[in-house]
Amino acid sequence: MDGPVSGSGPSAGPASDRRMEPARLGIILFIIAEIMFFSGLISSFVMFRFSPVPWPPPGQPRLPLEVTSANTLILLLSGLTFFLALKPLKASNSQLFKGLLTATAVLGFIFLAVQGAEWVRLLHFGLTVHASIFGGFFYCLVGIHAVHVTGGLIALLWVLNKAWKEKYSAQNTLGVELCRMYWFFVVGLWPILFFLVYLI
Amino acid sequence: MSQDAHEHKQSFISHYIFSTDHKMIGKQFLLLSTIMACLGGFMAYLIRWEVAFPNVPAPFFGLVSPDKFNAIITLHGTIMIFFVGMPFLSAFPSNFFIPLMIGARDMAFPKLNMASFWLTFAGAVLLVASFFVPGGPVAGGWVGYPPLSASSEFAGVKWGACLWLLALAMAFFSSSLGGLNYLVTAITLRAKGMTYSRIPMTVWFLLASAVTFFFSVGPLIAGDFMLIMDNMFGTGFFLPAKGGEPMLWEHLFWFFGHPEVYVLFFPALGMGLDIMATFTRKPIFGYKLILWSTVSAILLSFIVWAHHMFLSGLNPILATPFSITTILISIPFAIIIFCMLATLRHGSIRLEVPMLWMLGFLATFLVGGLTGIFLGSASVDIYLHGTYFVVAHFHYTLFPSVFFGGFSAVYYWFPKMYGRKLNEKLGLLHLALTFIFFNGTFWPLFRVGIGGMIRRIADPSFYPQYHQFANWNIFATICAISLIASQSVFLWNLVLSMNHGPKAGKNPYQSNTLEWLADSPPPHGNWGPVLPVVTSGPYEYSKPGESEDWHSQASNIKGETVHG
Ligand code: HEM
Ligand SMILES: [Cu+2]
Repeated sequence: MDGPVSGSGPSAGPASDRRMEPARLGIILFIIAEIMFFSGLISSFVMFRFSPVPWPPPGQPRLPLEVTSANTLILLLSGLTFFLALKPLKASNSQLFKGLLTATAVLGFIFLAVQGAEWVRLLHFGLTVHASIFGGFFYCLVGIHAVHVTGGLIALLWVLNKAWKEKYSAQNTLGVELCRMYWFFVVGLWPILFFLVYLI
Repeated sequence: MSQDAHEHKQSFISHYIFSTDHKMIGKQFLLLSTIMACLGGFMAYLIRWEVAFPNVPAPFFGLVSPDKFNAIITLHGTIMIFFVGMPFLSAFPSNFFIPLMIGARDMAFPKLNMASFWLTFAGAVLLVASFFVPGGPVAGGWVGYPPLSASSEFAGVKWGACLWLLALAMAFFSSSLGGLNYLVTAITLRAKGMTYSRIPMTVWFLLASAVTFFFSVGPLIAGDFMLIMDNMFGTGFFLPAKGGEPMLWEHLFWFFGHPEVYVLFFPALGMGLDIMATFTRKPIFGYKLILWSTVSAILLSFIVWAHHMFLSGLNPILATPFSITTILISIPFAIIIFCMLATLRHGSIRLEVPMLWMLGFLATFLVGGLTGIFLGSASVDIYLHGTYFVVAHFHYTLFPSVFFGGFSAVYYWFPKMYGRKLNEKLGLLHLALTFIFFNGTFWPLFRVGIGGMIRRIADPSFYPQYHQFANWNIFATICAISLIASQSVFLWNLVLSMNHGPKAGKNPYQSNTLEWLADSPPPHGNWGPVLPVVTSGPYEYSKPGESEDWHSQASNIKGETVHG
């Protein structure tokens, strides 16, 4: 190949300008796309929710408010543990970091398990996707959120695995931070859904 | 160097099929869109044949019965927009040129890029597969309005509808991943010195296209998902009988659908601006003005969607605000077009093939843009909605963008992609035939539409009031068949020039932007050991006091110049 003229300063290698980490920007954009996706779902739901039709329709079960409230707290708590996990990592306190990360995963898992158990109960009470629009929306909104939690949990287990192998350090936190951004999105979305679907 | 050695070691499969090289992925998109365009073109021929010669079997196919007609118009639209327009106008140039024009070695996420191609490919396969399932392909129009699209009880199509919805989902995911990649690449991987005000218009407009897509598609993915649920799991989101709301789909669809038309227009505009600068040897007039106009057009494009729904049962009070935003949005585009005209003024214009295609794009697109303003006015649209006038309008916008714009880009950058030039005489012939027959095909449809002829009718001879249009329709069909046939000139030119065209050097047009510093075709990794360092803007042509009328954006790499 023909030789580029060299000797024109420090141009070899990647540009040294300070720019954002590609992966970080990628996750931010991904979350924006997700937000647009959920806004579509949520506004569709709101359109029905505030139509004159009674909601939930007669004959359809009420939603398990108490259990799900407690479950909401569990998910929020997992957000908190993940929030707290980064500082010890940056302070090279690997033990505390791993502990908090594990707690996050366990809490996330409990959330999913409780959600699943509640659905099984609701299905028995006749709340199915095709029984009514109510059922359709319930499983769409809550179910798609659960799929996202599962996705987040898989990412989290991957990070956790690397954490137990001591692959992260005070200098190398990117993987943890990316996973954390996504987890915050999933956790932050839930109270909105909870409010719209269960509370009002 | 190491990157070179790496390239030679690649096997056929990793080089041509599971390649992560942005240039190969660009070419894959180009090939896929060419194949799909042949398919979509053949469908166009069948549609036009049936409209002009109702109930006469079409050569090479047979009788286009009404049910087949409906399926064919549906798939024609879907294929042309999502499997020709998107890959040809957005994915192919974004992949091929964004890294080259900003001085990067590849995309930020090469594997994601590969996934994006294979998703589109899978979508195309699903769509084609829908011909072979029981009930045949979906036949409710490319806009897929429920309840027709939501339950097989109405259209008799179950698997076809599901495949169509899945294919759309694949296309949406593919373009979202692609867009994410283009944005991250352009923001984080620019060469040193490539500041935001030195980014060429091609890159800016490809990004504008990506952003517009990215922000509008989410709600439709949700809608697509809900429609799949309706079809497969018996929910009734869009079925009035189950308490659902069909208009909800229309909102979700057009909230995406209108921005999508700009997604398919911006790349043509950006590439056109770069071609214009090269062939007028002048800086673009109003670089910043154009960019800010584009920003306002993007913002406005999110609040005009209901102009597709004036007759859908939308609250009439809403018609006025949506008319106003729709007509407002033509202001930024008018500004951009005036900037282009001002760029032409006093230029030393070289009427080479890419430039002529670009001018063809402007001339024809203008008709499409102007007729859009009529349609945007609710009172006019009440009469024109659902007629061939709308068909003519959007073909005068989409065909110029995708084909005139896309071809101008292919003619312009072919030397960079394959190291050889396309044959100029064949290029001119291709342009002349395309221009004449395109106008011959769609101009009569304005007339027919104003006369009141409704679109999506298989057999116009059935309606006495349409008999008066028979000759117009026959004329349009003859032109359409000629238009499709003319494209063989292009395919022939491609095959011929790829192997026998005159060798092009690195920079056959003495152009400033970075891609012209790389070898033609650029090697794996694009640049040698040294990345370009950008020291000037993209449009510094004909600078007073300089001996040459051009000035490469990076001075640390010597590009050889081949005149002519
Ligand atoms: C100033 C610019 C534009 C305005 C004001 C405008 C306005 C409109 C309006 C009001 C309609 C609805 C007509 C009806 O269904 O009754 C329409 C349809 C359409 N326009 Fe435009 N438009 C503009 C530019 C474009 C561009 C740039 C494109 C594509 C590149 C485009 C593509 C389409 C398509 C595909 C449809 C019809 C979809 C369908 O019903 O199947 N338009 N336009
Ligand atoms: Cu529109």
